Amino acid sequence: MTAEKYLEMAIAAPLHKIIAEHPICRDFFMNLRLTNIDFNLPLMQALDNIAEDDISEFGLDKGMILREFCQFLETFGKVASDDAAIRSLTIIGGHGKSGEAEIEQWTASVGEIISIVGPTGAGKSRLLADIECLADGDTPTGRRIHIDGKEISDERRFDMEGKLVAQLSQNMNFVMDLTVKEFLGMHASSRLTRDAENTIVKCFECANELAGEKFLLDTKVTQLSGGQSRALMIADTAYMSSSPVVLIDEIENAGIDRRQAIQILAQKEKIVFISTHDPLLALSADKRIVIKNGGISRIIETSAEEKGCLGAIEKLDATLYRLRTCLRHGQEISMDTVKGEEQQ
Amino acid sequence: MKLITFAGPPSSGKTSVIIKLIEAMNVEVKEIGVVKFDCLTSFDNLRYEEVGVRVETGFSGKLCPDHFFVSNIEAAVEWGIKSGFKILVSESAGLCNRCSPYIQGILSVCVIDNLSGVNTPRKIGPMLKMADIVVVTKGDIVSQAEREVFAFNIKQVNTAARIIFVNGITGQGAPLLAKHLQGAREITGLRDMKLRFTTPAAVCSYCTGEMRIGAEYQMGTMKRMEFKSR
Ligand SMILES: Nc1nc2c(ncn2[C@@H]2O[C@H](COP(=O)(O)OP(=O)(O)O)[C@@H](O)[C@H]2O)c(=O)[nH]1
Ligand SMILES: [Mg+2]
Ligand SMILES: [Zn+2]
Ligand SMILES: [Zn+2]
Repeated sequence: MTAEKYLEMAIAAPLHKIIAEHPICRDFFMNLRLTNIDFNLPLMQALDNIAEDDISEFGLDKGMILREFCQFLETFGKVASDDAAIRSLTIIGGHGKSGEAEIEQWTASVGEIISIVGPTGAGKSRLLADIECLADGDTPTGRRIHIDGKEISDERRFDMEGKLVAQLSQNMNFVMDLTVKEFLGMHASSRLTRDAENTIVKCFECANELAGEKFLLDTKVTQLSGGQSRALMIADTAYMSSSPVVLIDEIENAGIDRRQAIQILAQKEKIVFISTHDPLLALSADKRIVIKNGGISRIIETSAEEKGCLGAIEKLDATLYRLRTCLRHGQEISMDTVKGEEQQ
Repeated sequence: MKLITFAGPPSSGKTSVIIKLIEAMNVEVKEIGVVKFDCLTSFDNLRYEEVGVRVETGFSGKLCPDHFFVSNIEAAVEWGIKSGFKILVSESAGLCNRCSPYIQGILSVCVIDNLSGVNTPRKIGPMLKMADIVVVTKGDIVSQAEREVFAFNIKQVNTAARIIFVNGITGQGAPLLAKHLQGAREITGLRDMKLRFTTPAAVCSYCTGEMRIGAEYQMGTMKRMEFKSR
């Protein structure tokens, strides 16, 4: 819709009609403390009963409110449709810590999972950071990032406002004091999701499937365990985030199905980069980037043989997890605990 | 010289972002000056001096910090020009949500942090609404969902703003901010320029030292709450 059309609508249509069509408009009136106006009237008539003083506190007059309302409609009319779909992301190589050149260039496509491996301090996080800021030769590595095979102009960088990349790291926590349902609802409404109820349920079910221990829709997000929080963050990123690139900096071994988790992200038409020391995650990826002394030294495609090892690795992983849980619960360990899969 | 004004709630990361910005800008530290407007105390000067940046600090004390800003910013610009700076940055702590120390035609940046809660952008008022660029910090410690909702709520009150995410500790995002600020306009003074928004009306008896409570002590601009009986 054009700016003119929005203006026409704002002048002529009763507010309740506009709100029915664009529920987010209710926020516009809440932000200006205009919750007691008559929503059966069009905007300007509804404002007639409001004292100039009340709106001048916001630095506005009635004409300006009309203008801002139109801008609001225009901005959020757009949000709904600007899912930044991309097809590929290319890394143009820079150099390692002592200036030696790294790989020339390499492209990842939508739906791919790429793990990043290397010793601690080698530069795994630096690579994630370069992708996050869409490096343009302006970071310590001299790398450049291209999208869909093309350079990104500064203008486009500003326009994207960080929406290209979603991030997940061990340091991230929920800070809002909301229930899981309210939390997902809040995210859905900010995405202007049409079928919010349905998306919330799907996301919730997915999170519960990933997290070993179940939680409820009215559990507070701040009361979730580490594993449950990670599971919810991953499901939320898969189902609700608009960002086509997902960067994961180490998901801890928190009792969630890590292998399935990254698969879910990739299925949602995303490019997933995951920095990890975890063999299960590293080999679940389609490819892995090996970092050495700050630079990308190799890119390895996960072989059929490696994929074949995943089942055995998963068993080892489950054993370690079981032992950890036993210790945490103050139990003693025996050879039976090491071997036994059925025992708890 | 270019002037860039930074504002934002206390502890939102203004000083951290400005320091990372200075590192990301292609200029020598001696060509940059900072003027810090604060209320009672500030230790920011030490942090700026540590990275070799010249800084002047002013305390509004018992005055309204916004009035204090307007009455001193012109002199700050003169100081900056005399000192040979290419860039002068002002940092002011928004102490009430009614503050907005921005000048028409002067690039203005509002710094707010993800930890302050997703609905905070909707409550900050002119300081956020009137800014050209909104810098969001502390994204490293909250969930992706909260970051997205936070940015969405910023757009609600300032549809025209450019949002840039900066990590005040690692400096991630600062180069992009630096690029954006290159467009700040050159000025030779501020005479006759105008604020973007009126400063809080503060001419009641309490502004001038009254301490007693009671209607008979209240004079000047007053606003009374209405308490409804059920
Ligand atoms: N985790 C995190 N902390 C930050 C970030 N930016 C600033 N801080 C911290 O927040 C605190 C307040 O920052 P400061 O720059 O002094 O805020 P100011 O009062 O607005 O100038 C300091 O302890 C900073 O280290 C950020 O992006 N992430
Ligand atoms: Mg400060
Ligand atoms: Zn104020
Ligand atoms: Zn007063």
